[in-house]
Amino acid sequence: MNNHYYLYLLAAVLAIYAVRALPMTLIRRDIKSPFIRSFLHYVPYVTLAVMTFPAILSATGSTLSAAVGFVTAVVLAYVDGNLFRVAIGACVMVYLAEFFCI
Amino acid sequence: MESTANKKENTQIMEEKFAGKKGNKFWYLKGLRDGIPIAMGYFAVSFTLGITMKNTGITPLQGAIMSMTMLASAGQYAAITVIAAGSGYLEMVITTLIVNLRYLLMSCALSQKVDSKTGMGHRLAMSYCITDEIFGAASLVEEKLNPFYSYGMVTVACPGWTIGTFLGVALGTILPDRLSNAMGVALYGMFLAVIIPPARKDKVIACVVVLSMAASCVFSIVPGLKEISSGFRIIILTLIIAGIAAYVKPIAQTQGEEGKEHE
Repeated sequence: MNNHYYLYLLAAVLAIYAVRALPMTLIRRDIKSPFIRSFLHYVPYVTLAVMTFPAILSATGSTLSAAVGFVTAVVLAYVDGNLFRVAIGACVMVYLAEFFCI
Repeated sequence: MESTANKKENTQIMEEKFAGKKGNKFWYLKGLRDGIPIAMGYFAVSFTLGITMKNTGITPLQGAIMSMTMLASAGQYAAITVIAAGSGYLEMVITTLIVNLRYLLMSCALSQKVDSKTGMGHRLAMSYCITDEIFGAASLVEEKLNPFYSYGMVTVACPGWTIGTFLGVALGTILPDRLSNAMGVALYGMFLAVIIPPARKDKVIACVVVLSMAASCVFSIVPGLKEISSGFRIIILTLIIAGIAAYVKPIAQTQGEEGKEHE
């Protein structure tokens, strides 16, 4: 399946790159419409929130440890906000939760 | 209290100074630093993706090349499924388009985030860097997005993703469960670090975040809605919720251009 694999991959790579590159290259000017500007302003928050929850609850070995990770991340993000420290803090708490509970 | 015009002028001068002094190097280094947690999360996720690839008969090198070129989690998972099923190339293209449609929205948002004078080369290169995580971090930038911030992040994140995949295919389940479980939460932790701080400052964003999570929950529980793939769930909810928020609480005209210093 060697040759076929790379042909498949080529198709997938072209498709995914098109999705990423088309708006970026075609929309060259600042959009003036207040509605569209506002819409795009809110897009990241909705997208990331939808991706995070409830998916985070099944990201670890148990719902309990995942919930611990979720709460830790929310609290750390609220008081600190540093990407690295929030991510590491959540990982450490999940590790500890699984260490003590399971 | 300065007049608005003065303030605008000052901001501009500061921005020029900023771009001249710290500019690309500053943003690249910041990207490298912010890329570390992304790379860690990627490593854990791509490792498990590698295991899936192994079961499909993909070699470590093939897997690594796919990860380097596609740089997508759900998108690659879908691609592997199509390859395993031996479906057609058209199906591969359509599946990839649909599963990754959210990048289209992110790309639209980023097109407004970069300076409108940004050249074609940078635009093409930045497009490659659009992943959920890099996009998330890039949208945190308050001023216009410097392409080198994305480049810095991808410099760290892409090897994490690629090497993780390679090792996942080659070594399978060598990572202790507890460790990979703990690392599994890293990406989500980062997402939260992206959305919570602005939500703290802005009540509308806070409402949007809570509403999004609640709606996402509903979509994962209610029969019928539950069957919708996660890629489509993201697109549908983004269109609806960001649309409502934009209609009910449009942002001030200046906000997007000058960052959020008014908040």
